[in-house]
Amino acid sequence: MQYLPNILFALALVLGVGFFVMNIRKLSRNIKLGKDVNRTDNKPERLKNMIKIALGQSKMVKRPLSGVLHIIVYVGFIIINIEVLEIIIDGLFGTHRVFRGFLGDGFYGFLIGFFEILAALVFIAVVVFWLRRNISNIKRFLTKEMKGWPKKDGNNILYFEMVLMTLFLVMNATDFHFQQAAIGNPISQFITPLFDGFSLETIHTIERSAWWIHILGILVFLNYLYYSKHLHILLAFPNTYYANLKPKGQFTNLESVTNEVKLMMDPDADPYAAPPEGEEEAIPEKFGASDVTDLNWVQLMNAYTCTECGRCTSSCPANLTGKELSPRKIMMDTRDRLEEVGRNIDANKGTFVDDGKQLLNDYISPEELWACTSCNACVEECPVNIDPLSIIMDMRRYLVMEESAAPQELNMMMTNIENNGAPWQYNQQDRLNWANEE
Amino acid sequence: MNVPTMADMMAQGKQPEVLFWVGAAGSYDDRAKKISRAFVKILHQANVDFAVLGTEESSTGDAAKRAGNEFLFQMQAMMNIEVLNGYEVKKIVTCDPHSFNTLKNEYPGLGGKYEVFHHTQFIQNLIAEGRLKIDDTTLKGKRVTFHDPCYLGRANEVYESPRELIKRLGVNLTEMKRNKSTALCCGAGGAQMFKDAEKGDKEINVLRTEDALETKPNIIATGCPYCNTMMTDGIKFKEKEAEVEVKDIAELIAEANKL
Repeated sequence: MQYLPNILFALALVLGVGFFVMNIRKLSRNIKLGKDVNRTDNKPERLKNMIKIALGQSKMVKRPLSGVLHIIVYVGFIIINIEVLEIIIDGLFGTHRVFRGFLGDGFYGFLIGFFEILAALVFIAVVVFWLRRNISNIKRFLTKEMKGWPKKDGNNILYFEMVLMTLFLVMNATDFHFQQAAIGNPISQFITPLFDGFSLETIHTIERSAWWIHILGILVFLNYLYYSKHLHILLAFPNTYYANLKPKGQFTNLESVTNEVKLMMDPDADPYAAPPEGEEEAIPEKFGASDVTDLNWVQLMNAYTCTECGRCTSSCPANLTGKELSPRKIMMDTRDRLEEVGRNIDANKGTFVDDGKQLLNDYISPEELWACTSCNACVEECPVNIDPLSIIMDMRRYLVMEESAAPQELNMMMTNIENNGAPWQYNQQDRLNWANEE
Repeated sequence: MNVPTMADMMAQGKQPEVLFWVGAAGSYDDRAKKISRAFVKILHQANVDFAVLGTEESSTGDAAKRAGNEFLFQMQAMMNIEVLNGYEVKKIVTCDPHSFNTLKNEYPGLGGKYEVFHHTQFIQNLIAEGRLKIDDTTLKGKRVTFHDPCYLGRANEVYESPRELIKRLGVNLTEMKRNKSTALCCGAGGAQMFKDAEKGDKEINVLRTEDALETKPNIIATGCPYCNTMMTDGIKFKEKEAEVEVKDIAELIAEANKL
């Protein structure tokens, strides 16, 4: 019976981590449903971007208040993991504050003191975040797509962090021996008086409970990630690494189209030629995207990385002027649909069975897509280099090339380009008239 | 106005220093034609040996591509590349950031590799090489604000060339609250120029004009014919035509140098 807590702890750890790994594999499978795109070139620059943007949070601070608060929570999260390491060792081996012996009272006290201050700062930052989300009228937290689960999810994360930080401080405050040593309790010493008059046993029970709930809370939080926008804490790193390095204005030249156009323009090509051997039965590639599986894996990873912060939407000219388009919603819709496709595959033993739905129309309307000015403001704003514009463009391509469903005026513009070499109906022979007017 | 074509040049056995890609707006749009002419005056003043394609020029396909018609875009691109490569063009300058972006970034993948400049970059080089001077007295004291075109700014990170030129005019350059990488679109990009906007509560060009008017400018400087049209419309909507002018940087330089 002596080892019961250790065994229970090991079991919780294995279950918690195991379930998480299972979900991560599902996540990876879903992302791989996307088309291949090569993003392995220029590794030094990719690494530099990841270090600068994900690790260094360089794009977060473009909005200073939320940026600085975010950095506090982020630094707190990373550094307090050292404490979590101690908890895991203690839990598995039945030790108590094992690092104290290792590191010596002085340094250990300094570390824990530092963590306590961070924990308090994180707590304050999270409270401000909560106030911003729920009390201040910040437009980007109040738009349509933020109703229901997205709003709840945002708050859940904040509650989680408040509780975890409180437990950490209570755990220190009720650790009698640790308090006696007075080596590193700059914050928890102020909590200790709350427990004055409690029996030593009760205090010990509170300490143990706080310890257990803290670590179990962390395991639950770890598993909450997959179901939440909070997945960005992991995916921000690969997402910034694999982000587009080309100029933002450079859109892809669809290769499948290049081949067709070359064939059309080649005077020696035989339009009635039979397809090459072995390709007779091949299904021709779809032009553009109508569902998530037509997108590439980076676009799908983008969808899982999105934190729904709405910086994209709040800088989108279409959204700012009241149009339907919200780049954040494009990303959320893509993730929702991808999750739906993933569940469909799970339910049908590994293959996707047509559910009569797709990303286009069922999630994203043509009206949203046609409102985009392709100005790249959303791409520029995203703190983790998500590219909503590429999805919008791929879906426009589908609308135009597969369904001929462009707005009438655009069809006229395209006809003019085709016939006159200009979007307006002017004669190409008049192209130099400007030189002799005035 | 003397505007030689590549065909003329070739007939004389000459290869110009640079090809001026005029673009559809610069060729046909009454407002944008003035920008083309202003730029040519600058080229003449700096003794730049240039030519245009004239009737051999066709749409770059930018608007078609951004509307989603990749087929039409690539057909235009391949035709244009055939013409450009036929004339062995190496250097291109254009007043249209959309042509600039497409020629610079999207044509290389289809076999058209050129050194492409936006006219503000090109003029900046002329000044650096001592071939052109800007008179900083004509417009002295005017308040000028610059609207960054998305396809020059965010799309290609060209923020300084236009600003350097404006400063050389001796004017007072003021920045809008949304500028450079955070600049607001004029509302014309992504083929929006050619269709009505989706339902909303405001037009994008009006919102952007409000940004500009906050700086109390005498002149809104632009570097894109489409932005120019959108901002001009915005100023008309706000009934500020009497107080505020919308001018391309090339026009401002031509005006300053009394060309």
